Amino acid sequence: MIKLTSPFIDVSTLSVGDKVLISGKILVGRDQAHLRMSEYFSIHNKLPVSVKNAAIYYAGPSPKKPGEIIGSIGPTTSSRMDKFTPLLLEQGLKVMIGKGKRSETVINSIISNKAVYIGVTGGIGALISKKIKSQRIVLYEDLQAEALLEIVVEDFPGIVIIDAKGNNLYV
Amino acid sequence: MKIIQSTKIVECVQELCTQSCCILPSKVIETYKQAKNNETNSIAKEVLGQLIDNASLGAKELIPVCQDTGMVIVFVTMGNQVQIQGLSISDAINQGIANGYKKGYLRKSIIKDPLNRENTNDNTPAVIYYDMIKGDKLSIDILPKGFGSENMSAIKMLKPTDGVLEVEKFLIETVKNAGPNACPPFFIGVGLGGTMDKAAVLSKKALLREAGSIHHNEFYKQLESDLLDKVNKIPFGPAGFLGKTTAFNVFIEAYPTHIAGFPMAITICCHSYRHKGITL
Repeated sequence: MIKLTSPFIDVSTLSVGDKVLISGKILVGRDQAHLRMSEYFSIHNKLPVSVKNAAIYYAGPSPKKPGEIIGSIGPTTSSRMDKFTPLLLEQGLKVMIGKGKRSETVINSIISNKAVYIGVTGGIGALISKKIKSQRIVLYEDLQAEALLEIVVEDFPGIVIIDAKGNNLYV
Repeated sequence: MKIIQSTKIVECVQELCTQSCCILPSKVIETYKQAKNNETNSIAKEVLGQLIDNASLGAKELIPVCQDTGMVIVFVTMGNQVQIQGLSISDAINQGIANGYKKGYLRKSIIKDPLNRENTNDNTPAVIYYDMIKGDKLSIDILPKGFGSENMSAIKMLKPTDGVLEVEKFLIETVKNAGPNACPPFFIGVGLGGTMDKAAVLSKKALLREAGSIHHNEFYKQLESDLLDKVNKIPFGPAGFLGKTTAFNVFIEAYPTHIAGFPMAITICCHSYRHKGITL
């Protein structure tokens, strides 16, 4: 088991199939947040939030109950973010966390930007919610479950699906 | 005539929503445990262990087992001796869903229009199917359908001269395409016959079957078992991290069709096999 902590400066030593435990700050965003970040970039030539050496978790939690930190929060299907991903990787994103396959274009961008794609078991949102120590909304509060969040996690479990050399667990 | 107040339907549907999203049926958990024993791959065992732990945490603390608490599909079977007073039955069901998703802290995932994507904020409307029968019973079954797996579902108009081989071919193609995206191990609903739309509904209705249950018809019982074996030859395994268990069950619903056609629909359901019903 390999421990990974934010900021994620060098993830190129990770290999496909490695089990990891992630701790520290990670962003949470899915379809609409990606669309808005990419639209912002096309106007301002920069992202509305820094993703340098950052991790993003593709997820949209269920509402939190009073007294809880966050609701159920498992991964969503990563491939829906594929068309926006190379942009984020070129801006310094190092770690993507989600479920399912990635496109050829994304895999090439992972290689050229020395990034990593980590898979999480889908559909265990209750269990994962216990790994989250805090959360705050970074942008797009109006998107509710799809808002861009920053969460602090401790020993968040994953497995390397695509490493920085482009090796792919799903092939 | 049996009179049912719409408030009763609202209450029941509200309860069905919160319960089904947080508490998986015991047969589903049994299915996870059997598969865990059957797996030899350590990651597959670990993933199935996560599913078991997740299910018990969901039930204990009433946390949705999956954050995608779905679009609610409802199957209503209504006897001709039943009269509902108050709201219409559709309005009562939707009111129950709105209440259940709010009170149960379930995710509101429904948007008003596929192109102008504004959230309805209460997870309504549901997709409701009605079946009118004789008698004085009203049954309501709900199926909160997550879209990670719904996105990988598929439909095909087979040829009338096609047989089991083509059914198998389309199923395998669909499962391969779904792969790790749709949260395997799957429960797979297959609709055969009817029209294009009917086959799709049948593939959903098949998912009301209890996990591990056996088809009442000998021919389909065998076909379900054969197809499941074929699907499990694709080594996606739990969460797509490799293993023997790519699907837990294949459930088939068949219906008469036209001499010129053979509609086939497949609904992929992830391992969160959530459904719950009530008879009033």
